[in-house]
Amino acid sequence: MSEQLISENKTLFTPFNVIAGIIVIIGLVITFLRFTKGLGTVTNLSDTSPWGIWIGFDLMCGVALAAGGYTVSSACYVFGMKKYHAAVRPAILTAFLGYATVLVSLVYDVGRPVRLAMAYPFVVQQGTTSLLFEVGLCVMIYLSVLFLEFTPIPLEWLGLKKIRNIMIKLTMVLTIFGVVLSTLHQSSLGALFLIAPSKLHPLWYSPYIAVYFFVSSIIAGLSMVIFEGTLSHKAFHGKMDKTYLEEHDPLVLQFGKAASLVLAGYFSIKIIGIAADNNWHLLVTPYGLWFLVELLGFVALPCFLYAIGARDKNLKLIRFTAGWTVFGIVLNRLNVSLIAFNWQKPLSERYIPSLMEIGLSVFMVTALIIAFKFIATNMPVFHEHPDYKETH
Amino acid sequence: MSISRRKFLGWMGAAGATATVGKSAKAASNKHFTGYPEGLGVLHDITACVGCRECEAACNKVNELPEPDKPFKDTSVLDQKRSATTKAYTVVNKYDAPSKAKAPVFRKMQCNHCLEPACASVCFVAAFSKQPAGPVVYDPTVCVGCRYCMIACPFEIPTYEYDDPFTPEVKKCTMCAPRIANGQLPGCVEACPKEALIFGKRDNLLKIAKEKIRKHPDRYIDHVYGEHEMGGTSWLYISGVPFNEVGMREDLGVTPAPSLTSGALHVVPMIVGLWPVFLAGMYGMTKRREKIAVEEKKKAVSHALEKANSEAEEKLALALEKANQDKEKALKQAQQEKEKAVKEALASTAETKPAKEDS
Repeated sequence: MSEQLISENKTLFTPFNVIAGIIVIIGLVITFLRFTKGLGTVTNLSDTSPWGIWIGFDLMCGVALAAGGYTVSSACYVFGMKKYHAAVRPAILTAFLGYATVLVSLVYDVGRPVRLAMAYPFVVQQGTTSLLFEVGLCVMIYLSVLFLEFTPIPLEWLGLKKIRNIMIKLTMVLTIFGVVLSTLHQSSLGALFLIAPSKLHPLWYSPYIAVYFFVSSIIAGLSMVIFEGTLSHKAFHGKMDKTYLEEHDPLVLQFGKAASLVLAGYFSIKIIGIAADNNWHLLVTPYGLWFLVELLGFVALPCFLYAIGARDKNLKLIRFTAGWTVFGIVLNRLNVSLIAFNWQKPLSERYIPSLMEIGLSVFMVTALIIAFKFIATNMPVFHEHPDYKETH
Repeated sequence: MSISRRKFLGWMGAAGATATVGKSAKAASNKHFTGYPEGLGVLHDITACVGCRECEAACNKVNELPEPDKPFKDTSVLDQKRSATTKAYTVVNKYDAPSKAKAPVFRKMQCNHCLEPACASVCFVAAFSKQPAGPVVYDPTVCVGCRYCMIACPFEIPTYEYDDPFTPEVKKCTMCAPRIANGQLPGCVEACPKEALIFGKRDNLLKIAKEKIRKHPDRYIDHVYGEHEMGGTSWLYISGVPFNEVGMREDLGVTPAPSLTSGALHVVPMIVGLWPVFLAGMYGMTKRREKIAVEEKKKAVSHALEKANSEAEEKLALALEKANQDKEKALKQAQQEKEKAVKEALASTAETKPAKEDS
């Protein structure tokens, strides 16, 4: 009896569980403060910096890093790379959880979350001249699409064969929907800043910013699939079936190649952007050097590293580059929304996130990981359900 | 030329009738919009402002805002640069303008009531609207609190009640829209003792401003701030020092805010229309390529089989022929050997015969 207790304790207090538990408790305390004392108590937001890391990181980066969903599903179902079928489910799952987290973050960030939940912009009064209206509408519909794309996983787990088979038949339509919606809101997240040329540094402000956001979301999607596959390999190796494991290495190689290509295109259009606005002289300013760090260190360098990795079939290098690129995308989104925003203001008037804001963002990421872990452990994500082998 | 406040008051009756209908800004429009024809505004003559803060006090009163920490008579607050807050929709700042070092310059700030407001164009619940009478007004009953208006406003005017956990609102100057509708002057204009604020139709204010500049070129910079900035604003300013010396940005450009995003908005329906076509086409091409690949594979397999078959037959025939030849050869050889043996046998019997005879 006592032995049983000890063994239970052992399984419960793993390092992961302890750290995640602490973060969740902190997150719940911040949640309580946010909804009882207001945004002013927990955030460093001000009238000149109305958007903080809950928008700059949770929303901007969250959406970009969840791009793996549409990238992989379109590669597999539309562009005929069927041999990477096994990567679709983890990517869809990540995207679905990512978008769900974005939505929850927004509930914390907006002043009147109940009105957001009641879809005021779409039900009560439509501000159709706003790019945020479009972003909101697309994200809302896309979250539903992702949910439908995700449902076969729990349906197989629950053994609801009939509904599961109907959902599988919808795959193609949902994939096309997903790509259209993703193109729109990924690009529009960048276009949100078109309204503020007087606040965003001219090197980041560009009439092409919408295109930049869309193209870099493809890079984020490809890199995230490699990056997160690497992490999953460590955590869920036992859950992976032969098909997944066999397909994984060639997938890493192919996606690395694709990412290198898209990064090269992205690099070119960024240069074209500088030339179009004739911003060359700004490159030698402090912000210009920071811009070059992003452009050379996190666009040109990974482009080059991916290419070498693909040529030498060096999977280790490709995996490292994937992580590097993901970091670069995060840096870009933070630059646009926070670091290069309000660049003319003195540091004393600039926004620096509060500890509680950071705490809540960490809480959000942790919640996402816990949900992913639960689903990947219990449901057919990295392996095919035995009842449905060879059915797709 | 100077026009008394009382004279402007007379225009209010006509303005009141048009002040009731709100209309949102159109982002995607190719018309050249230069403001509502009867739109009202305020001209702020910065050279006339003495920093008495009467306007701030009046604003506080008419908008029923909370009592400030320091009374409005206290001008020591002018030593700090202030912005509008949720509790003060207008503030006066003191500037030691370098080009006029002798005396400080005072400038009042509040919402400029753009002709095509950024806040109205970016609000996804259309909570902001530009009234034909001039004011840009906010409807708190629909606001979700996303604060995109604050990101968008080039003059950094809207403020937010961050400390209210349940019903926070955006706060900003309303140009006293309710008072205007009643035929009254905005609170600040009414309170100004120096006629640094002149209220009237924007078109007339522009004429007054230009007339003042023409008459006193030594007193004013030759520019009416707000005539074209961000597509034009209902509030206009004239100053004796460059505007950037009194904290007003001169790099905002003349493009109305909605034009900045209209291009991106125009692309949206095109993507909705064409992307599915492109993707379905890609899907079709992939399918076709797969089908062709399968057919070619089939063909190749059958061809290979055929080839293998015919080769096998040929080989068989060859082998048979060879076997036949071998057989014949063997038979021939056997025949020859047989004949040879017979011959030899005959010969040897012939030899032994005479030998027998010899003996």
